[in-house]
Amino acid sequence: MADKVRIAIVGSGPAGLSAAAHAAKIGVSHVLLEKTDHLSDTIYSYQKKKYVMATPTQLVLRADLDFEAGYRETILDVWNKGIADGGVNVRYNAEVKGVSGEKGDFTLTLTNGDKVQAETIILSIGTQGNPNLMRCPGGDLPHVQYQLADPGAYIDEHIFIIGAGDAGIENALGLAADPAQANVVSIVNRSADFSRAKDANVTNLMAARDAGRVSTYTEASPAKVEGGWITLEIPDGETRLKCDRIIARLGSSPPRKFVESLGIEFTSDSRDAYPKLSPNFETTAPGVYVIGALAGYPLIKHCMNQGHDVVEYINGNVTLAPADEPILAQKLAHLPGGLPVAAWLEFLREKVEILNGLSPLQMREFLIDSEVRFYRADEVIFERNSIGSSLFGIASGSVKVEINAANPAITVPISAGSIFGEVGLISGRRRGSTIRASEDTIVIEIPRNAALKLMASVKEARDTVNRITTERTVLQIFGSGLTAHDVADVLAKSEVKEIKPGEAIIREGDESYDIYIVRRGSMVVEREIGGKPVFLNYIPAGQWAGEVSLVEGGKRNATVRAAIRSEVIKLDGDLFRILLNRKPELVARLRAEMSTRRRINEYIDKEKDKFSGVLDYYTSVAKFLVDQGVGEATDVLLIDERLCVGCDNCEKACADAHDGLSRLDREAGRTYANLHVPTSCRHCEHPHCMTDCPPNAIHRGPDGEVFIDNTCIGCGNCQRFCPYGVIRMDKPPPKKPGLASWLLFGMGPGPGEPDKAWKEANAKAGDGSHKQAIKCDMCSGIKGGPACVRACPTGAAIRVSPENFLSVALLDRGRE
Amino acid sequence: MARQAVRQANRSDVRKHEGFLQHGGYRWLWIALALCAVSIAAYLMIDAEPRPRGGTIYGYTLGTIGALLIGWLSLFGIRKRAITTGVYSLKAWLSAHVYLGVSLLVIGTLHAGFHFGWNVHTLAYALMVFVIVSGMFGAAAYAVLPKELSANRGETTQRQWLETIRSLDALLRDAAQPLDRTEADAVRLSTEQTTIGGSFLNRLSGQYPGCGNSRAISEISRLGRGGTSPHAAALDLVDSLLKRKQATLDQARRHIRLRTILEMWLYIHVPVTFALLAALTAHIVSVFFYW
Ligand SMILES: Cc1cc2nc3c(=O)[nH]c(=O)nc-3n(C[C@H](O)[C@H](O)[C@H](O)COP(=O)(O)OP(=O)(O)OC[C@H]3O[C@@H](n4cnc5c(N)ncnc54)[C@H](O)[C@@H]3O)c2cc1C
Ligand code: HEM
Ligand code: SF4
Ligand code: SF4
Ligand code: SF4
Repeated sequence: MADKVRIAIVGSGPAGLSAAAHAAKIGVSHVLLEKTDHLSDTIYSYQKKKYVMATPTQLVLRADLDFEAGYRETILDVWNKGIADGGVNVRYNAEVKGVSGEKGDFTLTLTNGDKVQAETIILSIGTQGNPNLMRCPGGDLPHVQYQLADPGAYIDEHIFIIGAGDAGIENALGLAADPAQANVVSIVNRSADFSRAKDANVTNLMAARDAGRVSTYTEASPAKVEGGWITLEIPDGETRLKCDRIIARLGSSPPRKFVESLGIEFTSDSRDAYPKLSPNFETTAPGVYVIGALAGYPLIKHCMNQGHDVVEYINGNVTLAPADEPILAQKLAHLPGGLPVAAWLEFLREKVEILNGLSPLQMREFLIDSEVRFYRADEVIFERNSIGSSLFGIASGSVKVEINAANPAITVPISAGSIFGEVGLISGRRRGSTIRASEDTIVIEIPRNAALKLMASVKEARDTVNRITTERTVLQIFGSGLTAHDVADVLAKSEVKEIKPGEAIIREGDESYDIYIVRRGSMVVEREIGGKPVFLNYIPAGQWAGEVSLVEGGKRNATVRAAIRSEVIKLDGDLFRILLNRKPELVARLRAEMSTRRRINEYIDKEKDKFSGVLDYYTSVAKFLVDQGVGEATDVLLIDERLCVGCDNCEKACADAHDGLSRLDREAGRTYANLHVPTSCRHCEHPHCMTDCPPNAIHRGPDGEVFIDNTCIGCGNCQRFCPYGVIRMDKPPPKKPGLASWLLFGMGPGPGEPDKAWKEANAKAGDGSHKQAIKCDMCSGIKGGPACVRACPTGAAIRVSPENFLSVALLDRGRE
Repeated sequence: MARQAVRQANRSDVRKHEGFLQHGGYRWLWIALALCAVSIAAYLMIDAEPRPRGGTIYGYTLGTIGALLIGWLSLFGIRKRAITTGVYSLKAWLSAHVYLGVSLLVIGTLHAGFHFGWNVHTLAYALMVFVIVSGMFGAAAYAVLPKELSANRGETTQRQWLETIRSLDALLRDAAQPLDRTEADAVRLSTEQTTIGGSFLNRLSGQYPGCGNSRAISEISRLGRGGTSPHAAALDLVDSLLKRKQATLDQARRHIRLRTILEMWLYIHVPVTFALLAALTAHIVSVFFYW
């Protein structure tokens, strides 16, 4: 290709498509380069008939292609047609692998060796990246594929799945689901167990294996691929097996390396970081623009608007106001002062310390997620013990913290520029004190996800938050009238350390005397008794460990290890002892806590001969529960199988209290010593499900519940991220007749979730509901609390939080 | 710990770990015992001549209490299924149901004053006793069987058993391909004539005399195995599949048996409750109108 185009657009997702359509519309010479042989591969790969949602609803679409909520097929058709009719210049099978030159004169090299010349480049390649490839000989043969769009499409084949993560297992189960397809399905796992995948998937895979539907090869890897055959390396040699198709699910590598190879800088080294961008989406490589998911905007509507805008910018219309301008204006309208949006953005960015490092574009995005609030003097911003994990920054004015619950008159000020609310953000625990405005105050409330993203992408923000959190945690935990000045020395030498699950911070018998504050995650305390570790105690985030040796000297009397991935603040023992000498109240405070812990210790000592069986039991149950995620739970449903009669009234109650869909599966899940952890949300302290929710639909509610709101687009990401398999994708069944009609006249399916047949028979066409993510919301908003527990006739179902269940309560159980 | 206090406060007793019999420190047991004690004491103290029975003030009082209790006990089925909001616990209801239900035995008997005959009054009494006895059976089953249910189930679910059996059937059909006619017929006994649940008696006893799968196993072993020919290997495969199926069937049937015991008494308890309500109405009507 000799002709140079004004704009080369790389990647034909919604962002690239919209950019190309607009370029065509306004007559700018362009080429749209797409790696695959079809448009918009990410959306093309959604499962069939996936309902695609068009959120955020209040955002207007500003693109030359149409997009409204609808089925995947419809949307792709509309786009295909729009692109053809609009005269867009598309090149398929054109994967860009390198770029040289500079603004005004770029040369893009494709994998097939072709070159494309362009003045500017729009990079809209999304975040999918490239699947990791099979590297053994024959790995490039055509029957090796990296995706499985429709498991129903293959019949009577010998299929090997390589890679036993969740994706691989789900594919294997999908292919083997219908015996009528008569596929011979095998899954190949490099390690000996399936620990990389979710429990629910592993359980299903094991069941499928035991039923003879799937063969599993562990500690195996592909050695060679030939037409019709695969050779596996297994522990005792090599074996050659019949194989018509290989589906490799080896994970994918993010596109970051490629992007950086174009000279584009990212905001930080963190995995969640995005490219640095100007307000016009220009990267640090002049002439190269990044939009869409790669720029940090995963929603289709945003992608499309940016596609339109970026072409306008490149074409010289640099003053075009972004499409989210009206949303931001509306958000800021209630504030006193009446500044224009850009001025507010600048004001907030300048005043709030942690926002200083953001670009104007990042500020915009930030504000979309955040709220700016105005409080009059003495208005409450949040209350002690309320649930909340957002972070606040003070833009003007100041606030006061009521550090003493008994006497609200005792307050500590926080001034403009600083932050508060960080403890809830870091530990996921309740607010420690009530905070009020001291004067008329403007704060920006940053929701957890946005705050985490901020910390991940801006180093200064991370350091500031860490510094402030450590100081405040220490002051708050140890109380006793300490001031920042008192602890300055201790803090200066403090360290924030990340602790892997199972790693010990303190070992029984050691001579150390540092003290640790658990800042996130949780710890278990063990002692060796009769050669075996015995579980003593559970330390949630916000508490400390290691005070006994510190105060009383002597060797460590127990081992403290992380139950889950955790973060601790390590405070130097020598410096802390100096502090203790100065502050006798602090010694008293530590001793008070020690006495409760010591009681447990003495109790165990006393019991250990009489009840060694009980202690073993206690330890093993505690371990089981921690393994089941109770260590990171705030509230978990347990079923005492010594009482459960299997009536499933809990499930029925859940369904009847929630649009006819049960959010718990009583039978599924793990059981140990008659304690059953059913498949139901644990309301994790740091919910994994929130990791990558495009519309940010997952929140923590006022009772601590993790819930999904109605903006869920049904992408299934949360389902994939939740390690406990508690999220299901479904839509509410049709409404059923009331209880009285069922009792008296037998109308409808009766209590509980209707069965599939009834749902289908009674489905109303076009009722507007679509599959969304469904999970336990702890019955928030329902008076009386969890319906599952209330409706259990025998008392088998209970909801517990770890700190009061993972305790001596277990000992009592063991003795019964 | 403060956060706990907050949660506890707005969550009634959802975190209390007590079974329905122990609920609230045996609260309802004590209340029921007190009710019985008061009734008996009054019965002995009043010691009227002729002996107190339905017609006296004391008798009316007991009768009214009894009838109200029966009415309330009958509402349990609705309470169980109506998932309303508000602080209630079905466990507390069941606890009260069980203990107050048993106390009816005392109240009803005292109310009748040990006068029985062939009439609607005694019919109502007999039905009441019948319901109560069946209820006691049920409560006992609830107290002891869940443990066995749990032990048998391990970490598997009913759905998994059904799937396992279904896929073993598919494998059996494949595995029977190379077999000769009689052998294939034996395999078909398993794939076509095995019922998992069966009749009520099967389910209750856990005995399945005509079970297709066990017949298939004995047929196959009777037809003889052994040797190394491909045919013998095919028979071995079939035999091992049949045995795996048997193990799953046994587990599923043990489950079904326990569930049957846990449920069957309700098929007496509930219909007889309706009969009792009818007889009770007749009893009350006849007392007021024909007395
Ligand atoms: C299952 C699922 C469901 C979702 N549901 C919704 C929803 O309902 N509503 C919603 O708003 N969002 C949804 N999303 C999010 C949304 O699909 C994506 O964020 C969006 O597609 C991103 O668009 P993009 O244009 O930035 O990149 P993509 O859509 O990822 O497109 C990138 C394109 O670039 C191509 N490409 C990559 N590398 C190269 C290269 N080197 N050279 C040439 N071409 C290349 C790819 O083949 C691809 O076609 C969902 C996501 C998933 C995974
Ligand atoms: C006259 C007295 C009684 C009446 C009218 C009565 C009535 C009922 C009714 C209507 C139900 C609902 C069943 C359902 O719909 O599932 C029930 C359940 C039950 N009753 Fe009774 N009952 C009586 C006495 C007792 C006694 C004395 C006991 C025990 C000692 C008892 C134990 C139970 C139990 C265990 C349940 C089942 C709970 C469940 O699983 O839902 N009942 N009773
Ligand atoms: S859904 Fe979220 S909060 Fe619930 S268990 Fe899964 S990851 Fe934890
Ligand atoms: S707490 Fe509510 S939503 Fe959660 S499982 Fe129980 S009934 Fe369902
Ligand atoms: S309601 Fe209670 S007894 Fe019934 S199945 Fe659920 S946990 Fe078991």
